[in-house]
Amino acid sequence: MQPIPEEAGVTAGPARSPVARLAPAFARGNLADRVYGLTLLAMGLTIPVLLAFLLFRVGVSALPALREFGWGFVTGTDWNPVESQFGALPFIFGTLASSLLAVVIAVPLAVGLAIFLTELAPRWLAAPIAFGTELLAAIPSVVYGLWGIFVMVPWLRRTIQEPLANTLGDTIPLFRGPAYGVSILAAGVILAIMIVPFISAVSREVLAAVPRVQREGALALGATRWEMTWQVVLPYATPGIIGAVILGLGRALGETMAVTMVIGNRPDITASLFAPGYTMASVLANEFAEASTDLYLAALMEIALILFGITIVVNTFARLMVWRVARRGGR
Amino acid sequence: MKRIWAGSLALVLVSGLAACGGSEGGSATPGGMAKDQQTPQGVVSLTGAGATFPYPIYSKWFDTYGRSHPVRVTYGSIGSGGGIRQVTEKTVDFGASDAPMNEEELSKAPGMLHIPTVLGAVTVAYNVPGVQQPIRLSGEVLGDMFLGRIRKWNDPRVAALNPGVPLPDRDVIVVYRTDGSGTTFVFTDYLSAVNAAWKQQVGTGKSVRWPTGLGAKGNEGVAGQVRQTPGAIGYVELAYARQANLQTASVENRAGQFVQPSVEATTAAAEEISREIGPTSDFRISIVNPEGTNAYPIASWTYLLVPPQIENCAKARALVDVIRWSLTEGGDQARELHYAPLPEGVRDLVIERLGTVTCGPDRQPVGAAG
Repeated sequence: MQPIPEEAGVTAGPARSPVARLAPAFARGNLADRVYGLTLLAMGLTIPVLLAFLLFRVGVSALPALREFGWGFVTGTDWNPVESQFGALPFIFGTLASSLLAVVIAVPLAVGLAIFLTELAPRWLAAPIAFGTELLAAIPSVVYGLWGIFVMVPWLRRTIQEPLANTLGDTIPLFRGPAYGVSILAAGVILAIMIVPFISAVSREVLAAVPRVQREGALALGATRWEMTWQVVLPYATPGIIGAVILGLGRALGETMAVTMVIGNRPDITASLFAPGYTMASVLANEFAEASTDLYLAALMEIALILFGITIVVNTFARLMVWRVARRGGR
Repeated sequence: MKRIWAGSLALVLVSGLAACGGSEGGSATPGGMAKDQQTPQGVVSLTGAGATFPYPIYSKWFDTYGRSHPVRVTYGSIGSGGGIRQVTEKTVDFGASDAPMNEEELSKAPGMLHIPTVLGAVTVAYNVPGVQQPIRLSGEVLGDMFLGRIRKWNDPRVAALNPGVPLPDRDVIVVYRTDGSGTTFVFTDYLSAVNAAWKQQVGTGKSVRWPTGLGAKGNEGVAGQVRQTPGAIGYVELAYARQANLQTASVENRAGQFVQPSVEATTAAAEEISREIGPTSDFRISIVNPEGTNAYPIASWTYLLVPPQIENCAKARALVDVIRWSLTEGGDQARELHYAPLPEGVRDLVIERLGTVTCGPDRQPVGAAG
């Protein structure tokens, strides 16, 4: 490869700053361009630096708990601030259980909606439905929580939990009573409603990115609309839709306010959907303000660290999936 | 299209900047004055943070005081734990807490003064369909309900306290505060005092490991959960129970009387305790389950936390004066908001203690007489 002339020009200059070596674009051109370039560089670096600092601070604050409990923190089931005994497993369980339940409820709904909007719906119907769905994403989570307490939870208790607990509850542990109303089920349902707009919006984009020639080819070979959607469009879009689902999962994992209002906030691990549970985000929101001993604070910080780690992994995975489809897809 | 976007972005930026400039200009005056406030005419600004429970009365007191005095008090209701941390780190002028600081906390802020301000009662609220008259509960029975040992409302031990009351065959559903709170501290302090099993298995704290039940967030969360769950029993502050129109249990006090929660019954409890308080007390004593036939047994004070030495003398004088004014003139306002004012004996001791605050490099006492 020939050396690039511009770069050679910079190298020839007397003062070769680290900036010039790492990013020659910022050391080139007139002063205004350079200031502009450096300003934008600073803005671009702010977020990664902030993220790293956040991780560092939370990690440092969690150190006392890491030292005191080690791995026992993740596997321990006892959360007793009075005795300074802290185990995070019930919170990890509650977070995963409520979020996975939400995904199970939301995926058929959201993906079905996305397929309907991209493949079937006439334009006059698609636009208002898409708008309405996206409106759901704009509702503050505390409003969901209030609606959950006063409308959804009593409804769930009367029409789903009580009948199921009274009939199947003794044989199937999943439906064991008593029917309190507030429960992992309630949290899952409310989370499902909250993540449907995310999953359907991203799925819609992924489906729209499936190249037109794929559809035309399928139709030209005599496929029906159903066959085209299920055998050509969906397989093509699947990795992207999985990415969308995981993005929704990431949002569900971190949701705090609405969940804490309907989940019952009880650090227990039970098989029943109708039993109350507790999530990592909720315990942070609930106990942080009044946690005064150092170990207690550190234990909460360690929960934050675990939640941080889980959401970073989940979101990275989702992004990779979406990118894969976008790169493969046409426009 | 692009141009419209750029235009609106610029507009947003400009208006944002203008807003910033405006607020800076606004706050610059008191902030700047606070630095050279050695002259008594300057406006002194004080900041405090802590307990949420007394927030309504503190904001009322500080607002009323600020109208007739050149003192601006900003109080952030961020929770007792945060209040203790912030006053320890000196990021605020005073803190506030429902529960007294423990030894570990005090070791980081030696000599921190605990100034009781008002008393609050914690009520036992319930939702038992078909029962009109107040249900009577003893400490022993109440503790066993929250331990999960009494599981039905028509349990013989509940029935024995309530002859003639048609108690239903319903599950007792315990509702507790899930956010760390002084209310929980007072309630668990009471249960520890009257129920040995509770003291051994659970203990006292702002967050505890509840043996049974559901957690709801905040007084309003517990009140809401109790109101819509038949068979529920929970604990909420007096003001919330009255606002939410919840039925409250008559709780048996040490004299064997069943007392409904009220401001008067709470003051009666404090009067009993105030006889035990000497001039050297640090006021960090529990007032649950006192003697006295009219005393409501689940009550506590809430504290302001004042550093024993304040560098800035103008701030020290202002702080002592605003607290003294609140304690002497603010009783009626407290009663309106369902808080019980301090009994006179305790109040005088507290005001005397306030006078021991020192200020400046040579640690002059601020003085109680002002």
